[in-house]
Formats: sequence, C-alpha cells, structure tokens
Amino acid sequence: MDLLVASPILLHLTAGLLCVVAWKSVPAQRVISIVAALLGPLVAGLLLVTVHNSGPQTAALAGWPAPYGIVLVGDAVSVIMVALVAVVGLAVVVYAMGALDKPRERAGYHPLIHLLLTAVNGAFLSGDVFNMYVWFEVMLLASFVLITLGGTRGQLEGAIKYVTLNLLSSVLFLSAIGLLYGIVGTLNLADIAVKLPLVDAPGLKAVIAMLFLVAFGIKAALFPFFFWLPASYHTPPPAIIAVFAGVLTKVGIYSILRVFTLCFPQQLAEFADVFVWIAGFTMVVGVLGAAAQFEMRRILAFHSVSQVGYMFMGIAIAGVCLAQLAIDPAGDEQTGVLRQAAVVAVAGTMIFMLHHGVVKMNLFFISGIVMKLRGTAELKHLGDLYRTHPMLSLLFMVTAMSLAGIPVLSGFWAKLVLVRAGLDAGAWWLVGAALFVGSLTLFSMVKIWAEAFWKTTPADADKALAAHDESQGGPVPGVEPRAGQGANLTLMTIPAAALTVLAVAMGVGIAPIYRAAERAGEAVMNPDQYIEAVLDAEYLERLDEHRAALGLPPRRGGATVVAEADPTPSPEDPS
Amino acid sequence: MNSVILRTAARVLLPLLVIFSIILLLRGHNVPGGGFVGGLLVASAVVLYAMAEGPRKARAIMRIDLQVLIGIGLLIGLAAGLIGVAAGEPFMAGLWFEFPAPGLGEIKVGTPLLFDIGVYVTVLAVCLHMILSLAEDA
Amino acid sequence: MHTLLAIAAGVMFASGLYMMFRRSFVKLIIGLVLIGHAANIVIFTSGGLVRGAPALIPAGEARLPDDPAFTDPLPPALILTAIVISFAIISYTIVLVRRAYQAIGTDDLDQMRSTDK
Repeated sequence: MDLLVASPILLHLTAGLLCVVAWKSVPAQRVISIVAALLGPLVAGLLLVTVHNSGPQTAALAGWPAPYGIVLVGDAVSVIMVALVAVVGLAVVVYAMGALDKPRERAGYHPLIHLLLTAVNGAFLSGDVFNMYVWFEVMLLASFVLITLGGTRGQLEGAIKYVTLNLLSSVLFLSAIGLLYGIVGTLNLADIAVKLPLVDAPGLKAVIAMLFLVAFGIKAALFPFFFWLPASYHTPPPAIIAVFAGVLTKVGIYSILRVFTLCFPQQLAEFADVFVWIAGFTMVVGVLGAAAQFEMRRILAFHSVSQVGYMFMGIAIAGVCLAQLAIDPAGDEQTGVLRQAAVVAVAGTMIFMLHHGVVKMNLFFISGIVMKLRGTAELKHLGDLYRTHPMLSLLFMVTAMSLAGIPVLSGFWAKLVLVRAGLDAGAWWLVGAALFVGSLTLFSMVKIWAEAFWKTTPADADKALAAHDESQGGPVPGVEPRAGQGANLTLMTIPAAALTVLAVAMGVGIAPIYRAAERAGEAVMNPDQYIEAVLDAEYLERLDEHRAALGLPPRRGGATVVAEADPTPSPEDPS
Repeated sequence: MNSVILRTAARVLLPLLVIFSIILLLRGHNVPGGGFVGGLLVASAVVLYAMAEGPRKARAIMRIDLQVLIGIGLLIGLAAGLIGVAAGEPFMAGLWFEFPAPGLGEIKVGTPLLFDIGVYVTVLAVCLHMILSLAEDA
Repeated sequence: MHTLLAIAAGVMFASGLYMMFRRSFVKLIIGLVLIGHAANIVIFTSGGLVRGAPALIPAGEARLPDDPAFTDPLPPALILTAIVISFAIISYTIVLVRRAYQAIGTDDLDQMRSTDK
C-alpha cells in the first residue's frame, strides 16, 4: 500500500509535532516520544518484509505519478537504512530519558529528535534529488538545534564549525541540483538515470558528479572534509551525539551510493581512483587522529571518521569494478568475478553501516554512563571501572571488540565482506590500509580499556579534575554533574545492554543480514528494477522509442552489471 | 521605542493588517497571495506592535505560546494531507467540498485551503518567535 | 542575459567565500547569505532563461507547444523552496552567533580553538 512507504516519515513527524504542541509538559512529551519510538521498529519491519516479498514500493504524493510528482521509494537499500533508523531511534529515546538533564529535555529534546528521525527517514526514502535536499535541510536544522541544546561554550564553538561547513555543503548540493536540472530537465532519480546517458556533456557531468561528491562528502565527513566532525561531536551530551553518530554520517554515505550508482555510474568508474584514495585517507587519518586523543568521546569521534572510510571503501571498490568492466565489457572469466565483487562491495557498505550505527552509538552510550559515574571522560582521570562496575566493563569490552573487528562480532563480518570484495576487485593497497586501520582501532579500544577500566584510579584524580575545572574558569564544557546526579542509570544501561546483545546477535546471526545486504547490493548494481518500480511502463516505452530513434543501444539504467555475459557495449557510452 | 504616533498607529493598524492578511490567505488559491504571505503580514503587524509597546506585550496579545502555535500550524498541514488518506486517496491529495451559501452562491472548501491555513499559522508563529526572541534578548 | 547572470553567480560565490574566510562572525553570516543566493542564481540560469513567455499550456492542447518560448516554472519553484529554507537556517545561524558571542566574548573565529585540540 501507498501509505506504508510514507509511514516511517509520518510516524516521527506526527510524534515530533505532538511533542511541540505539548511543549509545556515533559511527561506528555516522554509518553508520545516513547510510543513513536516503539512503533518505529514495527513500521520499519513491516516495510522491510513488504519490500523483501514484493519488490520496491513507491508512493506518489497526491497521486501525481513520477517523474512529474514527488515520489517516495522504498527499495532494498533504503529499507535497510530505515530499519537502522528505527533501532537507533528507540535506543536513543530510552537512553535520553535516563541520561538527559532536565533543562535540555524541557528545551525541546523530544520534538527535535523526532524531527531529526523524520528527516533522516525522508532522505532515505526520497525518490527525487530535490526532495533529498529538502530533507537534508530539515535534518540539518534539527541537528543544529540539538547540537547547541544546553548552550555550553564548547557546544557553541563546535556548532559554529558544524553549521558553517554543513551550510557550505548544502549550497554545493543545491548548485549541483541546478546544473543537473539544466542538462536533463528532471529531478526524479530514476528519470535522471534513464535520461542522463542521452546527454552528451561529459565535462559538465563530471563537474556535477564532483559537486555531489563534495557536498555529500562534507555531510559524511570524508577526507579531506571531515574537520567539523571531531571539532563538534564531542561537545554535546552523549544522548544527543549518539544519534548523530548512529545515523547522520550514514545519510551522506547513502546519498553517495544512491546518486552515483543510479545517476553517475560512468563518473563513478571514471573517478574510481579518486574514490579509492579518499576511502584510504579517511580511514587512516581518522584512526591516527584517534590514536592521539585521550578523551573517550574525542577518540570515538575520530573513529567515526575512520569508520566512514570503511563505508566509503565499499563504494570505491564498486567503482573500481565498474571501471574495469568499462575497459573490458565483453564477458570473459574475469567479468563475472568483477560483477560479483561490485555487488559484494556494496553489501559490505550496507553491513558496515548497520554494524557501525549500532556499535558506535553504544560506545557513546557507555561513555555517557562513565561520565555520569565519574564526572569526566578524560582517560587520565579514570580508572578502576573494571573493579567497581564489572557489567559495564563487559558491555564496553564486547562493543569495543566488535568495533575493532574481532571474529564473530558484527564488525568482523562487515570488514571481512569489504576485504573480500576488495581482493576480488584487485584493490590491494586499499585492503592493506583497511587491515592496518583495523589493528589501530584495536589499539585505541585497548587504550580506553586499559586506561579507564583496568588501571588504578590516580590518587589525585579528583583534585586534578577540580584544578582542571578551575583553569577552565568553571566546569569543563559538557561535563555532567558528578555521580549520576539527576540521572537514571538503569534507563541508561538498558539500551546499552540491548545494543551490545544486538551487536553479538548480528555477528552470530550474520546470514540473514548478509542476504539482505546482498540483495541491496544487487538492487544497486541492477537498478532497472528500481527504475521500473518508479516510472510507469508507458513512459519508459516512450523513452525507449526515443532512444531507438536516436540510434542508441537499449536502455540499461545506472550501474547495471547483469549477471549473464552481455555483448552490448558499456551502458554509459552514449554514442 | 516611546512614540505616541507609533503607538496610536500600531493600535489602529494591527486589526486592519490582520483582516488584510486573512483576505490574502483566502484569495491565495487562484491569485497572488496565500498562507505564506498572509502569515508574514500578521507577523509584521505584531512586530510593529512590539516596536511600539515592547516585545513582552506583543507576546501577551498572542495569548498562546508561540512554540505551541508552530506545532499546531504544522499539525494542521499534516491533517490536510491525511484527510486525503482517510478518504482513500493518496497522501496529500486535494479534496474539494461544495457548500451552498445564501447570498454568495456555491462555496468550495478544500484540503489545499486547510494546508494553506496550516502554512499561515506556522509562518506567523515561526517569524514572531524568532523576532521576538531576538528583541527580548537585546 | 545568461552571461550576465553567470558572472553575477561567480562574483557572489567568490565574495561569499571571501567573507567566510574572514575571522569575524558577522562576515561569516554575510558570506553564507551570499553563497546561498549565488546557488539560487545558478538554478535560475541553468534552468533556462526565457523572457516574457508564460508557463502555461495553450487552451485545448494536451502537451507543451514545440515553440521554445516557454518558461519552465520549476526552477522558480525550487528557488522559492531554497529561499524559505535558507531564511530559516540563516535566522538560526544569527541566533547561534549571538549566543556564541555572548558565551565566548569575542567575534574572532581564531579564538575558538578549544574544541579542536
């Protein structure tokens, strides 16, 4: 049914608006918030099952068909992301009820978090590129207010960097949309995918593709555009930043995946080397930055950059495969391997996004619990947590090992799939970088473990902390009241424990997740199903006639890599 | 600002501008006007009042908390979209109902008008909230 | 006309970026406003400029005339949306900058290093 695709958006939108109307009553907001958060996974699950059973679902708003009206599309890729958003949303709402201080909750945390989830779902489900922009802006506005909620000095400083760079990225995105509309005259993603190969403007197409890459790259915190992330992600309380780490950067990665494989496969192949370098540098620079940090949240923020590099690695490998296929499109032995590698690479990106959304959010949750217990997340002032809080230590250990990619936990499979795809595609040094970065991630996690959980608390920790407060002219930005004042540790621990279990379960029960991710990879690499679901048959037939009249090869949308050997020349070649 | 002329003028202009904004809202479906402009006009009328009497009094004449008003406006817009769903049409589909009105002939009322009212309320509340917050801060 | 608007967009992007690179908060905002409008002009120009033609299909016709003198109504609609969005975001940014100025006590971006360590 139509409404099912729109329901993840409508659910959170309704909840957010009801929370705004109930501005004066925090208890009412809590009830609305938790009900919507609980319904989220139900709706997402229903959508997941429907798309699995009967292919991509579309909803044309007000009944205007694509490409003229606004469509929402739920395909194998976007429903996975929507499912992740649902899990993240539920966990963070429960956590925030325990963790968030009263002033921040009164200042509109619940409405904002639901508006953020609305916009993220909207960006994932949007079927046209301008609506994607509008959802991006809604998401940014909600995140701007969330990141400054409470208004400490550190938050404001971080927010200015966050806001400036994200606005710059929006402007580039908007310019790219304008130029793209100028050459194809449509904004619907499926329609662009069909029509763009007909346009003979290789230079302009390359410029537009790069504008999109930079715009999304800033949102995703790719090298060299990542500086805003470590400067701002450690400033707000963990109940806010966990949801940013859980889903926001993934919106950037998802958009790159969607736009490049659907609309710009030729450019993806052409610039595959650039993609590979960006992926490699993002991974390495992020992890090296983390190695130099000694505050839990700063370490985690830098690791987010490095992990975005892994997600981007899948797209880069798919680009390498496409580039090699474009050189030698005829079906020899190697071609089948490359096609499969491209599918596996995208599957790796999908698994990594799921894994990272769960695990990184949980690490931020745990850092929040540590801050509530000890009043700081500075490693040099921490210690002994293993002796005083063994269960918390267990949660941290399992989650951190999952992030580092220790076997049978979720991170292991995510990296294994990417590495396999990289080896098949022959991207040797990228695989090498990924493995090297994995070992450094382990080093960082062990550093946190040894410093915060294992060593004896320095005798002067409290005094040092007070002196630190003093030198900063008051409490350190973002430092919470000591010893869990006004916090409900049980409510904070429940989502942390649930996410830890989920990380283990995703590792043990990887088979169905891998199958879903592989379906997403196939959907990305064979976008005809997507195009045919969005555009109606009559419209496509007319386009095909037009192609035939121009003497062009039959339509194969986007980055089509069909499984059987196909003698027609590369689909991207318009001549 | 303490000016007798401004205060007197603001008191007279406020109701006139509100009426004008409603006219703009209602004619907006077919001719220039609409919810956005109408909302901006009310907001500027209240800002004029705030310049004359101070932002606190301006908030007081709104009677309702502006944040709540933003939510109500957006909910009206959302409801306009959902009415279509309730009638079995797609989300956001426009539905029209005709009423015979004595002396005026047929009056057509539809969900686009409801959506426009939502826009009107939202724009007015958002603009006022922003401007009055900045004015109170100064 | 195209050339003129292309130059205008270029100049606005350049001056907007220059303003953003200055150290003052206020200039940062002016820069953001300028590049936002520059992007709108890019949409307007690349969407095709036609003078004095309506965005309407002639009565009785089912499709557009082949006569190219037809104004595409979509770019103005996109720009209108973008303007409303940038209005909201810029007003948020002004409030943010004001708060930041009150909390930090300076409008010099170089003084804001404490989160970058």
